[in-house]
Amino acid sequence: MSLTLENISRTVDGVNYVRDANLTFEAGSFNVLLGRTLAGKTSMMRLMAGLDRPTQGRLIYKGEDVTGKSVQSRNISMIYQQFINYPTLTVYENIASPLRLAKMAKSEIDRRVKETASMLRIEPLLKRYPLELSGGQQQRTAMARALVKDATLVLFDEPLVNLDYKLREELRAELRDLFRERQCIAVYATTEANEALALGGTTTILHEGGVVQTGPVMDVYRAPVNTLAAQLFSEPPMNMIRGRVTDTEVTFDEYSHHALTQELEKLTPGDYWFGIRPSHIALVPANDDDLEMSMEVALSEISGSETFMHVENSHFEMVMQLMGVHQYHTGAPVKVYLPINKLFVFDNDEQLVHTPSRISGGAV
Amino acid sequence: MAEIQLKALAHSYSDTPTGPDDYAIRQLDHVWHKGGAYALLGPSGCGKSTMLNIISGLIQPSEGDVLFDGKRVNELSPRDRNIAQVFQFPVVYDSMTVYENLAFPLKNNKVSASRIKARVREIAEVLEIEDKLYKKAKNLTADEKQKVSMGRGLVREDVSAILFDEPLTVIDPQLKWKLRRKLKQIHEQFDITMVYVTHDQLEASTFADKIAVMYGGQIVQFGTPTELFEAPNHTFVGYFIGSPGMNIVEVERCSGGVCFDSTVLPLEPWQVAILTRMQSNNLKIGIRPEFIEISPIPSDDTFEAQVLDVEDLGTYKNVTVQLGEQELKVRQNEEFEANISSRIHLSFPKQWLMLYVDEFLVQEQQ
Repeated sequence: MSLTLENISRTVDGVNYVRDANLTFEAGSFNVLLGRTLAGKTSMMRLMAGLDRPTQGRLIYKGEDVTGKSVQSRNISMIYQQFINYPTLTVYENIASPLRLAKMAKSEIDRRVKETASMLRIEPLLKRYPLELSGGQQQRTAMARALVKDATLVLFDEPLVNLDYKLREELRAELRDLFRERQCIAVYATTEANEALALGGTTTILHEGGVVQTGPVMDVYRAPVNTLAAQLFSEPPMNMIRGRVTDTEVTFDEYSHHALTQELEKLTPGDYWFGIRPSHIALVPANDDDLEMSMEVALSEISGSETFMHVENSHFEMVMQLMGVHQYHTGAPVKVYLPINKLFVFDNDEQLVHTPSRISGGAV
Repeated sequence: MAEIQLKALAHSYSDTPTGPDDYAIRQLDHVWHKGGAYALLGPSGCGKSTMLNIISGLIQPSEGDVLFDGKRVNELSPRDRNIAQVFQFPVVYDSMTVYENLAFPLKNNKVSASRIKARVREIAEVLEIEDKLYKKAKNLTADEKQKVSMGRGLVREDVSAILFDEPLTVIDPQLKWKLRRKLKQIHEQFDITMVYVTHDQLEASTFADKIAVMYGGQIVQFGTPTELFEAPNHTFVGYFIGSPGMNIVEVERCSGGVCFDSTVLPLEPWQVAILTRMQSNNLKIGIRPEFIEISPIPSDDTFEAQVLDVEDLGTYKNVTVQLGEQELKVRQNEEFEANISSRIHLSFPKQWLMLYVDEFLVQEQQ
């Protein structure tokens, strides 16, 4: 059982909401759609649900063309950003409502409602009304209603956006565990790279309606196909520095010169983008051939356990994510070190040409 | 710019409050100093928005006083308090240009035309929207609109304080970084009292010099991000700050320290001394996932535990381990590898073991 989008596009008044998407979602899989606002995440889910018709392409569900079919004829659940509950019904009746609609036996309804409620830890709240609950409890009620009917396709449209981050952290972990044992297709839209990483499964990066990259979450994270994927799938965004490789050295914006060592030797002369994650830049060298750069501190943001240090020179700027507290004044000169085995390299067309070897930097 | 003092302040939405549960804010005293960058952090329903609305004048507190530079302002409107506010959703006039939007608060205050021109330019430059000045606001992106919203707060030179209510909620993560950095630079440049309400610990700690953590209508800790991280005053702060939050374990008194299951944790002598003086049996130990050390081989001060789960979050890994009956989270760097159900050895550096009695941190008397 799978759901396939075949050359799907949707255009409204000349605006491309989804362009030529080819994706397959398997039963029992958890799929994250990652992209900025207006990247096409919601549009794509509405097409999957049958709420909108594609302008082009076909939607294949369980081997059958369902392109024009309405949502009612298929077993689909959708969970939205704004949690929607029936205010006049108790939590119990809210969860039971889709089963009552399906005319299920009373005893079976009772069993399922209680099972789902206990899974989402809202069993003690079954007799209460939605408006007496906190935001997190209301969203859990909405989720329980979506999950109770054993839908074969469950669509989550940024369901945790309106909750505080601690609750988000907890619900994410619950969701991940919940879907491990289910045989349905789960699709989850988010703007946050960290959420995609925490949820795991398959990640599809969307941008301006198109699919940039899709694959197992860690594969996409470790080998983003282009600079766009690299920056969308990194928080803070991956640092990108322009560099020119000659036969003997690499120059960054004619600013600093470095001998070509290790993996960089393989690069043919030309212009490249060098990408490095904020957590991989250090204030002390780990290896002799780390790229040393003289920078100036633009701002140091301390989160308590970490410091996000923004550094710049006259040619480019970078963000560093450092463990611990590092207090620097704006304008202070610093030397920073980029380990060669952590560098991503993209060609002039911004396509990935080299992935870091992930050799451990020594410190474990 | 002003110092904002809250004196014996409490607020209830009920006309006849009967107990502490009827209060959105329970009685507290607090001072926001002149020129400080502050955050008000807490989960939904903790009272932070009520607090912000009391400072701005949208709500009159049911008890206590709000003082601006020592002067009672309880009855003054936000406008008379000279408070500028930036909300979750941008407040701009779509039909006006960016320039007109920024000039609007000054025109209202009858500032001279030449001064308006200079000031609007200055603010537009700081916010990097000079090239948008003659665009209609309706043609801007969400983050540009939010910049204009902030600009409208910054443009007046006579403001007492700027209050931000979750200003980055509608902004994409990639742009949040830029806007937060901008705000911080603005604070450094203009030296204005700023209070920033958020439920996001990262936003709070990167923006503010000091954070007030609210829980159940009270400020449970007011401190620097580092203080909140290293020595949470209350178990709630331990849980709420940090990702994952602090490990908090119920313990009992044991000779030389505390214990849970068959694990004995020795404590510092001063902690033991305080512990013997206290009556309560509500004892907890807190340790941050970042501070638990994992070693492949045992030693005198390690405890054997089992790996339950390793969660790869890209830049780091969250390891869930079981020690006795207790599940603990340990944060490791991205190179950490361990098989599920393998045995590892944990150690708990003494300086990071926080002792909580009745949910409050036991601190060394100076």
